[in-house]
Amino acid sequence: MTAADLHRENSHRAILAVWRIEQPRLITSLARMLRDVPLAEDLTQEALLAALEHWPVTGVPEKPGAWLMASAKNRALDHVRRNRMLARKHDVIAADMAEEQLAMPDFDAALDDDIGDEMLRLIFTTCHPLLSLEARAALALRMICGLTTEEIARAFLQPPATVAQRIVRAKHTLSESGLSYETPGGEELSQRLASVLEVVYLIFNEGYTAARGEDWLRPQLCNEALRLGRVLIAIAPYEPEVFGLLALMELNASRAAARIDLQGEPILLLEQNRALWDQLQIRRGLQALHRAYELGGAEGNYARQAAIIACHARAATADETNWPRIAALYGELVALAPSPVVELNRAVAVSMAEGPQAALAMLDRLAGESLLKNYHLLPTVRGDLLHKLGRYEEAHAAFETAADLTGNKREHDLLKRRAAESASAAISSSSNTKRD
Amino acid sequence: MRFMFIVKSSHATSPTPELMEAMHKLADREIKAGRMLDNGGLMPLATGAQVRITDGKLSVVDGPFVEAKEIIGGYAIFELLGKDEALASAKEFMQLHRDLMPGWEGTCELRAFASRMAS
Repeated sequence: MTAADLHRENSHRAILAVWRIEQPRLITSLARMLRDVPLAEDLTQEALLAALEHWPVTGVPEKPGAWLMASAKNRALDHVRRNRMLARKHDVIAADMAEEQLAMPDFDAALDDDIGDEMLRLIFTTCHPLLSLEARAALALRMICGLTTEEIARAFLQPPATVAQRIVRAKHTLSESGLSYETPGGEELSQRLASVLEVVYLIFNEGYTAARGEDWLRPQLCNEALRLGRVLIAIAPYEPEVFGLLALMELNASRAAARIDLQGEPILLLEQNRALWDQLQIRRGLQALHRAYELGGAEGNYARQAAIIACHARAATADETNWPRIAALYGELVALAPSPVVELNRAVAVSMAEGPQAALAMLDRLAGESLLKNYHLLPTVRGDLLHKLGRYEEAHAAFETAADLTGNKREHDLLKRRAAESASAAISSSSNTKRD
Repeated sequence: MRFMFIVKSSHATSPTPELMEAMHKLADREIKAGRMLDNGGLMPLATGAQVRITDGKLSVVDGPFVEAKEIIGGYAIFELLGKDEALASAKEFMQLHRDLMPGWEGTCELRAFASRMAS
């Protein structure tokens, strides 16, 4: 790499950094002037390209945000003027009217205003339920978090061309459907919010399940989702599920440093070193959960999941975990939306709270669930409970079944080891019985 | 990546009302944008104390303090994509001082948090 290349790359990185900070304000301001979110995004992208062209030569200006805003604003003005010209040409009679309608918007007023409402509109537009979940996620990461198409593609392990096309198509869909500038209000807002939260949670989970050693942008998705969640609580401060989801994400993310060992293998929650849990993030998560409760959202799906994680976050050691509370919360979740997987989690919590016998009865009821037929965790939990009850022969068989079902080599080896332990416990217990 | 910004200055005078307002606005924007996780200003040096170890001896210095060259006035914690974004953010913050409190001199030091890993 030559010195000139290096200089160009450094200034590009510096420009993109400024861009990430300024972009939401640029898009929201332009969207208000033009009453069109996809168009506003196009024009702000043009402003970015202009910066990428000029700044490496002139240096980053003292007030880069103001520069970008002026550049974007000029493009918007050009657009309005062009449209006005067209209106004149095509329809002389309507010209006066058009002139009136397209009168120059009050740009400066738009710049000084709080961007809260426009931000809300931007988020609801990018996360419109008309778009696929993937398209919504890509649009949100690009328009709200300021990630480039290239970065989004890397984070989602997809070719950049695929993501670029997805974004173009999504923007087209919005424009075609006349949804390029609308604000849901009242009841509609609450309904549409579910579609927004779903996108944020998808982005979070995509980052949360990323393995170490993959591109660092993948786990970064957790931070982007957290950012979106924090933006949402600022613009929708009376929606309890927004706080519930933010709490769930903050609390889950607080364990990031503790949940994977140096080899990249997962460490189970109860075996994690709690000193590595991020206390700042836990505090923020608990605050968000508290706010969700204050807003009457204790029964929300995200708030309940967050409340379960909060039980772990509040326990200084694994032994201090409030298992009866966790079991009760899982019970409420199951009642809200029946799910055999959640029921299985509830059984684990019940075994910790009340002992293995009660939990085993719950598992027996799950045995016929077709959803769990090939789910290795069901026989794993079963084996664990049977072993604790001293029913070693049955525990051995359950662990063998679980080992056959898992696709993960390390898990397979662990389950085989546990099967062997149960088998040898069975032998020594039967020889003890004979001696008696 | 998590960063701490530490603002240091030898100027004992408090910020002008204009600078105060601009900093509040910026902090508000950064909190609402989900980047700033925490921030705070610190009371003057005289209200604090220092616990030191020198030559293997532990001592408490509870004032009066020899006026240090630069004193920490405040801090902020950010979650950002990387150092480029931290630099852009710190420059914006310092530019406010330049515009609204002429003559002020100081440093905004930005430091990445050490990443913690399970062993």
